[in-house]
Amino acid sequence: MPLKRIFKNKRKYAALPTEKAKQDIPEGLVEKCQQCSKIFYEKEWKNNLHVCPSCGTHHKMTARERIASLIDEGSFQEWDAELKTTNPLNFPEYEQKLIQDQEKTGLNDAIVTGRGKINKTDVVLVVMDPFFRMASMGGVVGEKIARALERAKDSQLPVIIFTASGGARMQEGMISLMQMAKTAMAVDRFDQAGGCLIVVMTNPTTGGVTASFASIGDYHFAEPNALIGFAGRRIIEQTIREKLPDDFQTAEFQLEQGQIDRIVKRSELKQLLTTVLDLHTVGGDHS
Amino acid sequence: MKQFLDFEKPIFELKDKITELKQMAEDSELDLAEDIHRLETRLVNLEENIYQHLSAWDRVQIARHPERPTALDYIDHLFTDFIELHGDRLFRDDPAIITGIASYKGQPVTVIAQQRGKNTKENIYRNFASAHPEGYRKALRQMKLAEKFNRPIISFIDTKGAHPGKGAEERGQGEAIARNLKEMAQLRVPSLSIVIGEGGSGGALGIGLTDQIYMLENSIYSVISPEGAASILWKDATKAKEAAQSLKLNAKDLKQLDIIDDIIPEPKGGAHRDFQMQAAYLDVHIKKSIKYLQSLPLEQLIERRWQKYKKIGEIQN
Repeated sequence: MPLKRIFKNKRKYAALPTEKAKQDIPEGLVEKCQQCSKIFYEKEWKNNLHVCPSCGTHHKMTARERIASLIDEGSFQEWDAELKTTNPLNFPEYEQKLIQDQEKTGLNDAIVTGRGKINKTDVVLVVMDPFFRMASMGGVVGEKIARALERAKDSQLPVIIFTASGGARMQEGMISLMQMAKTAMAVDRFDQAGGCLIVVMTNPTTGGVTASFASIGDYHFAEPNALIGFAGRRIIEQTIREKLPDDFQTAEFQLEQGQIDRIVKRSELKQLLTTVLDLHTVGGDHS
Repeated sequence: MKQFLDFEKPIFELKDKITELKQMAEDSELDLAEDIHRLETRLVNLEENIYQHLSAWDRVQIARHPERPTALDYIDHLFTDFIELHGDRLFRDDPAIITGIASYKGQPVTVIAQQRGKNTKENIYRNFASAHPEGYRKALRQMKLAEKFNRPIISFIDTKGAHPGKGAEERGQGEAIARNLKEMAQLRVPSLSIVIGEGGSGGALGIGLTDQIYMLENSIYSVISPEGAASILWKDATKAKEAAQSLKLNAKDLKQLDIIDDIIPEPKGGAHRDFQMQAAYLDVHIKKSIKYLQSLPLEQLIERRWQKYKKIGEIQN
């Protein structure tokens, strides 16, 4: 083989934007859909509630964005925002990770709770934030859920929980496992008192969250294509030694299996919630 | 099968040496009494030293010991008239979880247990005590019956976790566990769970939301296996030893964290070294727990249960 042939199969490298090119597109002006790779103006992206205008993929939202998308302006009253974990097991490297995510999200932990109005109806909102430690459930998440449910019980308000979670917060060990017990018990107390609990499962809802408060509401909705399941795909594939179908553990799969009530697009969510809440208000015009 | 775990090697080497010396003394009529005595004293000290300073990982190995007594061993020994009751009435019977009724010192009780196999064949049949949703639903059916007939519930926990599989997901593994937690929250009968081997995460908790939680001294209870934690955190499953330490999955740690109510001691070296003694320890503790829980007025019992779990992870600020 002639020597120069060796150089013929040149590998292709991805072109990195030059410093000059980077300056041409100011950061934060455009968003790229990770699913279809199309690029959109940030403003259009946000107006569309982080749903890709081209392929319809529902991308993750922060807890604050979610609340802003639903609540009548100025009506949200946040609860327990100051709660912070104290690294109860002294787990190595945990504190640095917390600080990192606290700086990134502006939250103290992976959940925002409080009360507000959706189209004038009072509700308690519990919203997990997938950008904080993958919204894993540790002591603070469990505590804030339990407190929100107790307050909702006492003031007889309906509760809407937006779930998104990688599961239990490993670094809090058994304290985090026991949040499954605590949140499920709080749901039960709320249920026994006649409270209405709506769960909206968003991408991803897995592990200990699926196996506790997320699965025992009165109404279970899910966003299109959200990952919903108990065990992780990789672990299942290793256990059963076969590839799982692509749609395994999607919202569509769970609907087919009878595990959720409805799939609802983000653009139609506020209207659906308003209608469901209205159908729970006593009274009506019987004339 | 290997007779001892890695950390026990020095003990068994010394024991071998003593046997050897004794044999030699017999065969050669040499007077080795003093040497033998010296080694025997050293053995006592060595055993003391090793068994009193077990690391988290050592205990993980004892908890997983293939000869560790299983739930059925205890059930057969501690209860009379045990009648196993099968099936969830919805899909099938799950052999990973055993349920039934029995008499405990004349008191009717409901027994729920995760059952490991004693050999490969049994383990395949019992799916290594990893339950499917139907296992949790069978347990729930029995718990509701216990409530109807006012029987205390005793749960034996011994599982690596709920089964991660296709059918389990299709039939709602998460829902099955969640449902049990919600229902166990309000059961109007006393309940006790005892971790006898491995308490693996949500799969263990699915039958474990009880008024009291006891653990055998060398058993473990964890949100994730040490191997799993190591491979997620440090991308290295061989760091399981460090992970075991950090996860605080031992009985002693969990008692300190106020997550479990009591520790049931084990014979030196673990439950498998002396089953009779272990069963006797268990007996004393079950008796104590049932007696205490039955002494509480019902409303107080249920309020106490909520307070017990509510305070785990409670944050004072």
